[in-house]
Amino acid sequence: MTEQRPLLEVTDLVKHYAVRGGVLRRQVGTVHAVDGVSFTLGAGETLGLVGESGCGKSTVARTVLRLVEPTSGAIKLDGEDIAPLSKTALRPYRRSIQIVFQDPFASLNPRMTAGDIVGEPLTVHSIATGAKKQERVAELFQQVGLRPDQMKNFPHQFSGGQRQRICIARALSLGPRLIVCDEPVSALDVSIQAQVINLLIDLQRKQNFSYLFIAHDLAVVAHISHRVAVMYLGRIVEIADKHELFANPRHPYTQALLASVPIADPKAKRAAPLIDGDVPSPINPPSGCAFHTRCRYAIDRCKTERPALQAAGPAHQVACWLNDGTGRSE
Amino acid sequence: MSEAIPAETVLDVKNLQTVFFTNSGLFRAVDDVSFSVRRGETLAIVGESGCGKSVSALSIMRLVPDPPGRIVGGSVTLEGTDLLKLDDAAMRSIRGNRISMIFQEPMTSLNPVMRIGDQIIEAVRLHQKVSSKEAWKQAVDMLRLVRIPEPERRAQEYPHQLSGGMRQRAMIAMALACRPALLIADEPTTALDVTIQAQILALIVDLQQRLGTGLILITHDLGVVAQTAQRVIVMYAGKKIEEATVESLFETPLHPYTRGLMASIPAVPSPDAKEDVRLVEIPGMVPSLTRLPPGCAFAPRCKLAVDRCRQEYPPLDEVKSNHWAACWRAGEIAEAS
Ligand SMILES: Nc1ncnc2c1ncn2[C@@H]1O[C@H](COP(=O)(O)OP(=O)(O)OP(=O)(O)O)[C@@H](O)[C@H]1O
Ligand SMILES: Nc1ncnc2c1ncn2[C@@H]1O[C@H](COP(=O)(O)OP(=O)(O)OP(=O)(O)O)[C@@H](O)[C@H]1O
Ligand code: SF4
Ligand code: SF4
Ligand SMILES: [Mg+2]
Ligand SMILES: [Mg+2]
Repeated sequence: MTEQRPLLEVTDLVKHYAVRGGVLRRQVGTVHAVDGVSFTLGAGETLGLVGESGCGKSTVARTVLRLVEPTSGAIKLDGEDIAPLSKTALRPYRRSIQIVFQDPFASLNPRMTAGDIVGEPLTVHSIATGAKKQERVAELFQQVGLRPDQMKNFPHQFSGGQRQRICIARALSLGPRLIVCDEPVSALDVSIQAQVINLLIDLQRKQNFSYLFIAHDLAVVAHISHRVAVMYLGRIVEIADKHELFANPRHPYTQALLASVPIADPKAKRAAPLIDGDVPSPINPPSGCAFHTRCRYAIDRCKTERPALQAAGPAHQVACWLNDGTGRSE
Repeated sequence: MSEAIPAETVLDVKNLQTVFFTNSGLFRAVDDVSFSVRRGETLAIVGESGCGKSVSALSIMRLVPDPPGRIVGGSVTLEGTDLLKLDDAAMRSIRGNRISMIFQEPMTSLNPVMRIGDQIIEAVRLHQKVSSKEAWKQAVDMLRLVRIPEPERRAQEYPHQLSGGMRQRAMIAMALACRPALLIADEPTTALDVTIQAQILALIVDLQQRLGTGLILITHDLGVVAQTAQRVIVMYAGKKIEEATVESLFETPLHPYTRGLMASIPAVPSPDAKEDVRLVEIPGMVPSLTRLPPGCAFAPRCKLAVDRCRQEYPPLDEVKSNHWAACWRAGEIAEAS
């Protein structure tokens, strides 16, 4: 990265939810949805976020967008901390960060035409109206591979892949610096996923915005990302350059995750360090290293002390007591 | 139609036709599909959403909702009996006994107000006369077999008290409690995380091979297919368009749709790869079953399509030994690859 300051800098982000119970609805516990997450994201860069269901990926995404209020932590966009800003003070930043959701069916208003959906942010932010707006929307349609004459159609007249293109066009309409993608291709047919992935990559190359890209499919994340962060129970346990992560995974959880991905080649029989057991509840996460209940390398220290993210080689950080900082594999 | 079925064949489906009558017209969800499954074998069915995988499975189970659906042709022979000829009572005693099914979402097939152990007992006692004490012991044993920790305690619990992975394992326990000849697993791991998915698949395959059960595995994940199945059928718009051993299918896919599918899936980067290859796209979209083009249904999206493809439907030919494809140009493709 050439620039001094990253586009996005998240520091010690925490989001806790109260669990209430009983007739008095008293707080009986706390969901540690996000429990001290830090990362940076450069301009034009894609950071992938992977991890098991409930580990906090969407919560990270939503707090960055301030759709969910963080419990604590800083979210710096271009050096400005947007976490404490009021709704009005936040307004100019809203333009810069957009989101594309998993479900292109639920996220489009069925009573609006596709053109109105894509043009709505332009109206809301008083950027363009009338013919100028139509012109811009037509241009956006072309950018995402839709025909401008489809602007007058309603969402139900589009296929799933096309609807996701509409969502992408809307996200692009304000010229964002960062687009958060939360499982953008998971609901699409296999043969349609590649179309959308290629589109996302092409748009980024042309317009140089950044992606925070969430997907449960490791191969999809790996394909689109420059760097990948692996989350486990509300924390990042490993973050590295994509090629480095796949060539040299250092955290036992990352290793298990990679080994669990079924390879589409019948001759590639995996040498499986499969992990057993389920993901523990985020309500009372295990003490120390949260992975110790499933980790086959766990030592006594892992049960009591939480390992911090530490350098494990160039562009590579790991939170594990086994990491000796040299970046070598054992 | 009268070739002898090899003795070890558990299931033999011939020319199955299942249609739906809907507002937008009649369509063939399963159109002339044939396949068989042997003892201890895993047959994978792949294809994109709506191509007829689940309806094929439901047809075997005779659980297609009627109306709007109906099986209008073919035979489904399980251990020598054509299930399509049985009356409802006879079919009920086959279901959950000789054939079991695992669904994607375990909550839809687990009873929320019944203890896990009691649900497995129901499956056991449906077809086996044992005392309630013996049945409970068998239920706990089944939970242990599917590696649920503390099976005695878990048997006393209700479905909502288990995690997603544990529920899926409980459902497998239930499905196998009656030692079926055939197990149908429809997207059994799609809703699960990869580490849990790997555990569950390993478990299904291990149990299936130990018990000699024939397994039909429905999935859209080619990685899962490569790692678990022996044979694969690929469906597109209600038809079987390719069938082969896993090795042959992954080495030389012959149908342009299968080839496109394989090329469009991103691979986990190999350690030595430094550059990303652009994914190959299959252009266009999946056709609607009510408005299928004449000829080959894949023609509007196929780079190799010629005039003939748009007029005549290609027959399913054995292009290579034990490798069938329904494509006018499969012969050329086989030669070129
Ligand atoms: N509004 C809420 N109230 C209480 N708990 C919540 C709330 N939203 C999320 N959680 C919990 O926070 C944790 C993290 O959820 P999150 O949706 O971020 O996970 P995720 O990694 O996106 O999972 P998935 O892959 O399933 O989408 C989960 O345990 C979830 O149940
Ligand atoms: N109850 C029903 N009524 C009307 N049409 C139906 C019904 N069930 C299935 N279909 C249609 O039959 C076709 C085949 O559906 P099927 O469920 O077999 O697809 P599938 O291959 O299992 O897809 P998926 O991967 O999405 O599960 C689809 O076009 C579907 O819309
Ligand atoms: S810190 Fe300990 S328990 Fe955690 S991953 Fe490392 S070795 Fe395993
Ligand atoms: S029959 Fe023709 S259109 Fe169909 S897959 Fe083969 S080449 Fe393509
Ligand atoms: Mg999520
Ligand atoms: Mg299905």
